[in-house]
Amino acid sequence: MEFAELIKTPRVDNVVLHRPFYPPVEGTLCLTGHHLILSSRQDNTEELWLLHSNIDAIDKRFVGPLGTIIIKCKDFRIIQLDIPGMEECLNIASSIEALSTLDSITLMYPFFYRPMFEVIEDGWHSFLPEQEFELYSSAISEWRLSYVNKEFAVCPSYPPAVIVPKAVDDEALRKVATFRHGGRFPVLSYYHKKNGMVIMRSGQPLTGTNGRRCKEDEKLINATLRAGKRGYIIDTRPLNVAQQARAKGGGFEQEAHYPQWRRIHKSIERYHILQESLIKLVESCNDQTQNMDRWLSKLEASNWLTHIKEILTTACLAAQCLDREGASILVHGTEGTDSTLQVTSLAQIILEPRSRTIRGFEALIEREWLQAGHPFQQRCAQSAYCNSKQKWEAPVFLLFLDCVWQILRQFPCSFEFNENFLIMLFEHAYASQFGTFLGNNESERCKLKLQQKTMSLWSWVNRPSELSKFTNPLFEANNLVIWPSVAPQSLQLWEGIFLRWNRSSKYLDEAYEEMVNIIEYNKELQAKVNLLRRQLAELETEDGVQESP
Amino acid sequence: MFMHIDTTPLLPDSLSYLLKLLDRFSTSNKSLTGTLYLTATHLLFIDAHQKETWILHHHIASVEKLALTTSGCPLVIQCKNFRTVHFIVPRERDCHDIYNSLLQLSKQAKYEDLYAFSYNPKQNDAERLRGWELIDLAEEYKRMGVPNSNWQLSDANRDYKICETYPRELYVPRIASKPIIVGSSKFRSKGRFPVLSYYHQSKEAAICRCSQPLSGFSARCLEDEHLLQAISKANPANRYMYVMDTRPRHRVQSWWATQKDIGRIIVRISSKIWNDEKIRESDEKKRLNAMANRAAGKGYENEDNYSNIRFQFVGIENIHVMRSINGTKGLSVNDFYSGLESSGWLRHIKAVMDAAIFLAKAIEAESASVLVHCSDGWDRTSQVCSLGSLLLDPYYRTIRGFMVLIEKDWISFGHKFSERCGHLDGDPKEVSPVFTQFLECVWHLTEQFPQAFEFNEAFLLQIHEHIHSCQFGNFIGNCQKEREELKLKEKTYSLWPFLLDDQKKYLNPLYGSQSQKSAVLEPNTVSFNFKFWRNMYHQFDRTLHPRQSVFNIIMNMNEQNKQLEKDIKDLESQTDGILSKELLNSVRPESPALKATLSLKEQALLPVNDVLRTIEGSSPADNRYSEYADEFSKAEPAVVSLEYGVARMTC
Repeated sequence: MEFAELIKTPRVDNVVLHRPFYPPVEGTLCLTGHHLILSSRQDNTEELWLLHSNIDAIDKRFVGPLGTIIIKCKDFRIIQLDIPGMEECLNIASSIEALSTLDSITLMYPFFYRPMFEVIEDGWHSFLPEQEFELYSSAISEWRLSYVNKEFAVCPSYPPAVIVPKAVDDEALRKVATFRHGGRFPVLSYYHKKNGMVIMRSGQPLTGTNGRRCKEDEKLINATLRAGKRGYIIDTRPLNVAQQARAKGGGFEQEAHYPQWRRIHKSIERYHILQESLIKLVESCNDQTQNMDRWLSKLEASNWLTHIKEILTTACLAAQCLDREGASILVHGTEGTDSTLQVTSLAQIILEPRSRTIRGFEALIEREWLQAGHPFQQRCAQSAYCNSKQKWEAPVFLLFLDCVWQILRQFPCSFEFNENFLIMLFEHAYASQFGTFLGNNESERCKLKLQQKTMSLWSWVNRPSELSKFTNPLFEANNLVIWPSVAPQSLQLWEGIFLRWNRSSKYLDEAYEEMVNIIEYNKELQAKVNLLRRQLAELETEDGVQESP
Repeated sequence: MFMHIDTTPLLPDSLSYLLKLLDRFSTSNKSLTGTLYLTATHLLFIDAHQKETWILHHHIASVEKLALTTSGCPLVIQCKNFRTVHFIVPRERDCHDIYNSLLQLSKQAKYEDLYAFSYNPKQNDAERLRGWELIDLAEEYKRMGVPNSNWQLSDANRDYKICETYPRELYVPRIASKPIIVGSSKFRSKGRFPVLSYYHQSKEAAICRCSQPLSGFSARCLEDEHLLQAISKANPANRYMYVMDTRPRHRVQSWWATQKDIGRIIVRISSKIWNDEKIRESDEKKRLNAMANRAAGKGYENEDNYSNIRFQFVGIENIHVMRSINGTKGLSVNDFYSGLESSGWLRHIKAVMDAAIFLAKAIEAESASVLVHCSDGWDRTSQVCSLGSLLLDPYYRTIRGFMVLIEKDWISFGHKFSERCGHLDGDPKEVSPVFTQFLECVWHLTEQFPQAFEFNEAFLLQIHEHIHSCQFGNFIGNCQKEREELKLKEKTYSLWPFLLDDQKKYLNPLYGSQSQKSAVLEPNTVSFNFKFWRNMYHQFDRTLHPRQSVFNIIMNMNEQNKQLEKDIKDLESQTDGILSKELLNSVRPESPALKATLSLKEQALLPVNDVLRTIEGSSPADNRYSEYADEFSKAEPAVVSLEYGVARMTC
């Protein structure tokens, strides 16, 4: 298919662009295969480049010959284009609609994008499982890297290499895979160096109504327990949901078969409930006219912060089991690709100082989200403005980022990255020139040959010029476990995401700059004082030398 | 278990009880055992670790005995500064005694029994007097540019003859004669006739304030009309003025049955002024339409926003509703937001803000004078006038300027602090957090304009603390006349010099960007900008707050930078000294003392850095893991929900 077929009118003059808090810009609108471009003729300073894949929904209106297209983006921005001429407007609208909903992944921009920057480090090789496993050197006696899933035959949504207990061989893993949803047998997610306890994650056990059991499964997870120790299984579903799952062949670990494990049920929502929550929240944030009562009741009704609280609470619980109880845990929900990953990755943010660095956070996303098989392609296909009620769309990753932001706000000096880093990741998960978030799992990415055909997001981010934008000036590494507050009074709406396009942040930005200035100035002064002291000391010793003879 | 009247009390005349203090947000009834002492002025709790908790009796808003439990008799004390403490007294009789004592101690019948009359910060009389003279309102009016050719000081109220709740010194239009003032004051509730609150020098426009007219609107008072006319004429820049009635609409209707909405009232009053000026009728109509439109929301706030100014007393119950919801363990997000909504608190805050913005715009954009009133002109009027001035004039956004603003628009114009704060045992219906709302509005502005204010949040919290503490004389009494009768300036101390001495603590390190510092502030009042002020309403619930404060770090760093600048200067001069000595070929040795100070300084630098980066709440003790462990070790059913354990433990 040629993009040209979809672009009936590639160029329109005298188009006016309206954005909140900016004066309107008049210019020429161009459509390319992947971008909508508007450049002002006058001085060319104002240019808008919008990826078609970032477009969530469009509305069109006509007043006489003047057509208006309202473009709603996946990053929640809304812009308006006034296009003279009804035909042009209709053509543009239908082209945008077609181009923003391309079916084939290989037609997406990352396959066409050629970087304008020099690649210092290829991001595709930055976080290999082997390297990550080396970091767990102290775990080597009990854990091993298994390539049982090399051809993606055992579990289609797992990466080729996974970390499993040393005591369990690949044959047993194959058996366990048949007992777990989607073949997702329990694998190591996090090793707590402090006490050797671990977080494992998996899919639900396929016990069904007749209470099927799997000896290898029991052996596998028991292999992670120290003698006489008990572990916790955190099921992210409420008990009744887990019970209902049995009718469909799923289920949960029976006490009788897992006597050394105590099961805890939590309730983290999934799928359309989350998507609806996001739609309601964004709709409310975009309404500038509502009165206070309406705003508060809509904020409440969206339930977004309730979801945040649930997820954070569960993550804290997991972290506590490890750090305070000295117990290992297994986390799963149904598939083990959504709420499970939220919990395991947030627990690591709380427990592991490395995951609060830029590099470590990237590794965490690579390990716990991309390689762990969170279906980004499905979940992030549409955002808050789309009406299609597809079952698989859900802001699972955005909720995770929001939770990280909540912790970041409570511990503003403990993270090497700043809010902009999280916002950047949100944007790229939904629409990007990079291949990192394409596909639903490693198997799909492998088939798409993303490593050969597209650029990794990390190749771009991990260059000094970009990193400087995402670095938190207040960062001071600390090795502590950071326990966030999950009280409603402590949780806040993430304004940087949800109010980003709805208010001017001029004064807040200025204040942030001033803060950075004070910190920079402080460093400068410290350096100067040290230099002067050294000089003075040298002069004094010279003095002394002159004096002594 | 053990009641214990200490035989060697810590403080003379104090009673002490051994009991437990519960942590409100704690997990499994975590408590501290310690001794409670009651002194004449304070309640003091000393726990086993010798940590002291002091609570001023004046801060106690309510004491409540709960139903007897196995461990003892629970006593819940709610404070006006939003602290809540929960004691468990082993013996019921003791609890009853404490309860009764606290009831007596927290409610005073006479002003003379308030803490301020016994508080002695060890200043001599001259110092005390200087403290009271620190804020001079005559000086402030001079700063604004009055008296001038249009405005003058009136001696009409010199002996509080016209209005008891106004100050002696009042500024009125030069052309308003004494009979006009006297006539107008008879037409206005409590004699509070229109007077100058703020004069905008470059726009020549004024903010004036008064109370509501006494009779229905149809009854005219020529003197009052003359006075309004005079205010209008005192502004050469603009011929029309606004009258802002900040009462809720339904109250207005009962007053002026014929008027349908506030917008018309403005027009009606204004139209009278012009009628008298004999403006041609068609011209007049155009203007009126323009104004009606403005009032109805074209160009300005819409009528709905206007009617939103229904801060007809937000009774303090509202806060307590909010508090009781907030205090619950394991509060859900939805309960929190529906509680916030039903309290109506943020709605009131937004309404005050919208009114102040209207006022500031009228002056800034139209050079029009504005007369503000509510019913008596000492609550909502004070809120709107002071906040409006704060938006317009950067001076009020400095530490000293803010003190001046409070002295002027709140204290001198007779905001009834003692009644509103319930200083004395009086009518509970008169108690209302009007001033707290004002402070919260200011806080919202500091959130939107982080660089526009010289002071920080701690300053607002400290002022709030002291409107209730009765430790200083400033907020005692309901009007200036009463304060003079109480001889506060002779018998008590002023708060302001103490705040100024501590200025370092209250400085905003980010203050000073030119664009925000000097500008007229135009806050955004879309609902989502209004947030729950956690640092005020949960100021004593430490676990709810961020564990690392960016603000404190920046503040300390700013301080450190000043020190470093000084160090650099010292070092440079020392280096220069040595170099010049070398030039002179002098062989005098460096003084050992100097060397000592040098190395000392080097050491001193490091600890500052350490202090900067402490993390609160990251020690197990802060997060109460010990009792969380109990939860784990308990025998329990196969399916365990540890949810509340986590939520509470981590919050």
